[in-house]
Amino acid sequence: MSSVLAREAQPKIQIQKVSYAYGDEQALKDISLDVPTRAVTVLFGPAGGGKTTLLRLINRLNDLVEGTQMSGRILLDGQDIYGPGIDVSGLRRRVGMVFALPLPLPGTVRDNVLYGPRLAGERDPSCLEDILRRSLSQAALWDEVKDRLDRPANRLSGGQQQRLCIARSLALEPEVLLLDEPTSGLDPISTGKVEESLFQLKQDYTIVVVPHSVQQAARVADSAAFLLMGELIEHGRGSEMFTAPGDQRTENYITGRFG
Amino acid sequence: MSDSKKTHWGEFVVEAGIRVMGFSTIGFVLLIFSFLLREGVPVFLKVSPANFLGVRWYPTFGLFGMLPLILGSMLVTVVAVTIALPLGVATAVFVREVAPNWAREILKPMIEVLAGIPSVVLGFFGMTIVAPMVRETLGVPTGLTAFAGALILAYMSLPTIISVAEDALDAVPNSYRDAALAMGATQWQTIWRVVVPAARSGIVTAVMLGMGRAIGETMAVMMVTGNAARMPLSLNALFRPVRTMTATIAAEMGEVARGSVHYHALFGIGIALFVLTFLVNLTAARVIFTKRRKGGLR
Amino acid sequence: MNRYQVQRIGFAALSLAALIVVLPILMVIASIVLRGIRAIGWEFLTAMPREGMKAGGIFPAVVGTLLLTLGTAVVCIPIGVGGAIYLAEYARDTWWTRAIRLAIVNLAGIPSIVYGLFGLGLFVLFLQFGTSLVAGSLTLAIMTLPVIISTAEGALRAVPTEFRTVSYSLGGTRWQGIRRIVLPQALPGIITGVILGLLRAVGETAPILFTVAAFYLPRLPHSLFDQTMALPYHLYVISTQVPGMPEHIQYGTALVLLAVVLSMNLVATVIRSYFRRRRQW
Repeated sequence: MSSVLAREAQPKIQIQKVSYAYGDEQALKDISLDVPTRAVTVLFGPAGGGKTTLLRLINRLNDLVEGTQMSGRILLDGQDIYGPGIDVSGLRRRVGMVFALPLPLPGTVRDNVLYGPRLAGERDPSCLEDILRRSLSQAALWDEVKDRLDRPANRLSGGQQQRLCIARSLALEPEVLLLDEPTSGLDPISTGKVEESLFQLKQDYTIVVVPHSVQQAARVADSAAFLLMGELIEHGRGSEMFTAPGDQRTENYITGRFG
Repeated sequence: MSDSKKTHWGEFVVEAGIRVMGFSTIGFVLLIFSFLLREGVPVFLKVSPANFLGVRWYPTFGLFGMLPLILGSMLVTVVAVTIALPLGVATAVFVREVAPNWAREILKPMIEVLAGIPSVVLGFFGMTIVAPMVRETLGVPTGLTAFAGALILAYMSLPTIISVAEDALDAVPNSYRDAALAMGATQWQTIWRVVVPAARSGIVTAVMLGMGRAIGETMAVMMVTGNAARMPLSLNALFRPVRTMTATIAAEMGEVARGSVHYHALFGIGIALFVLTFLVNLTAARVIFTKRRKGGLR
Repeated sequence: MNRYQVQRIGFAALSLAALIVVLPILMVIASIVLRGIRAIGWEFLTAMPREGMKAGGIFPAVVGTLLLTLGTAVVCIPIGVGGAIYLAEYARDTWWTRAIRLAIVNLAGIPSIVYGLFGLGLFVLFLQFGTSLVAGSLTLAIMTLPVIISTAEGALRAVPTEFRTVSYSLGGTRWQGIRRIVLPQALPGIITGVILGLLRAVGETAPILFTVAAFYLPRLPHSLFDQTMALPYHLYVISTQVPGMPEHIQYGTALVLLAVVLSMNLVATVIRSYFRRRRQW
């Protein structure tokens, strides 16, 4: 496990003293965290802790919300993503996101997967076909849908839809993949398949996950961060965090004394 | 890089165009008001207020008293709303709270059909069938009366009243109904003691919008009210011909010389109508606006 | 009398009210159909009026109404849909946005005859278009605008927010999301609203009284600046201004106008329910 973290010298994402407020409500307080490259980083903690908020700051999806205040920096490959002149659409192509509920776009499986690339200007049909096949394979969905590519996406099962959403993000060949409770609506088998694909995907992508449960966090995490009421209580290696946490609050949460 | 620059430029143009179209509505209102003023203000300069507020509208004799017209409009409108209010609210309650599904499937399209029938067609029907009926049943010299006009107008306002009232009833949370029923109330009691009071402001809005619609109606009233510009001062006036502001403009503008006092007077009536309906709709809309913010629906 | 008896009477009263509302609608339609059907024929619909309109057909009125509706649509659809997109997708809750909404409520409430006066003042006189198709169409277009904006905005807002969020997360700009996902999904609702708005324009007489309508013009308009006859005005004229007009011609004209409006209503309803069933959310 430690070799994974030592592989890349510079962390892919650096969150530096980030505070964030919705109106009067302080959602994040002075968070500093490094996200290592090509590994799975887990943000866990009880509800309302700010995990989803932090996630959405990384692909600037929270730009759409009005009345917010932010301080601090978030660096991607050393560059401040909130700096002047940053192309937000381009950022979102480098940092993909999968949401808690499967959200297929209206249209066929093909329409869904190729939405991003087409928006980015890709028109060559054979190129698009390659993208389609590659992304669906990476999301472990190709075999199940290869004969139904032109059927409506909302006819797939919940687990399949969620993997479709993963494939959709992968079609843009992002560098980072953000997943917000990706298995919360899924049955155990689909959950297993999604977690499996994370193990494969982390060889090529940097992954940040908000897990569905502490157990899931323990299963997938290379690196973990515990957030409680907007504060970063502690962070470190996955293996250590769940067996011997440093802070008493972390231990209480992990052992189920609250949450 | 150049591709994304191109899209950014194209998008900028499109978004600017969309913004313009949004703001054009304000432009149109101002445009309408200013042209009404342009052609209507001269009347206030050429005709004395005593004349304008007088009780005789005889343009050929230089008398431009608007009072009979205003009262004519009021009479027809008030009676129409008096008829339409109970009918409309009752129908809305019926459709929303009581009616079985098959009845609802028939009623809602029917009301939409009514909303679509052109006013000239209803005026035609009123003139050829309703007015004679009024004349025969009530024994009046002519059926072209304020009453007949009010009847037709009531029906024309019904779709507005019904749909807005229905929305108001819809907005009442089901938990209110469930709570009342759980306490042993009958459906009837629930409706009239819980649901309708909760929807009260929406129903008031519905009536105001219906009234605005009635004041502004032209063709139907023109064809049915008999067009006599008399002061409707007694109860009997309901069963005699009367003239509304709208019908006056429609009937006389065609024969008027551009730039004459009569011409400006008709525009003056137009200004009065604009202001009147603006006030009615503003009050109704204010109810909608405050409701929306409190409810936080969107 | 116990509560349940009161309820039964009450429900009966309510259904009576509904009946009182619905029956006259059927009576109107039935009487016009029954008395007007004998006038309907190929000649009636395609021939010019003769003998002071007491014989012949209503062709120029039909064509006039068609052209006016087309002209209205061309102007108010882009502005209406554009305005709706602005309100649903771009506008924030500022003083300006509230002013726009107030303006729309205002426009919706202006009496049709006042629109006629406005059209006369601006298009016919000030811009010197004269009584013409242009003046009439523009007047009707502004009158129809609030309806189109309201229904189109409703259709756009009905599209779930999630679609937009997904589009953003895949690198789409706001306009790309609107163009590729929101607008196509809202299209059936928008079309329904357009048809319902236009059917009101078809039936309106007051706005065209002084802006385009011709009393008796037994030829088709040559250009945009020509006057023309129109169905609603024609009905008004032959039922009130021409003595000795045969009854069946009056009812026949009313029937044609009613048929046009009702069939548009039907089309809109069919579109709405068909696409509601096939919705992908």
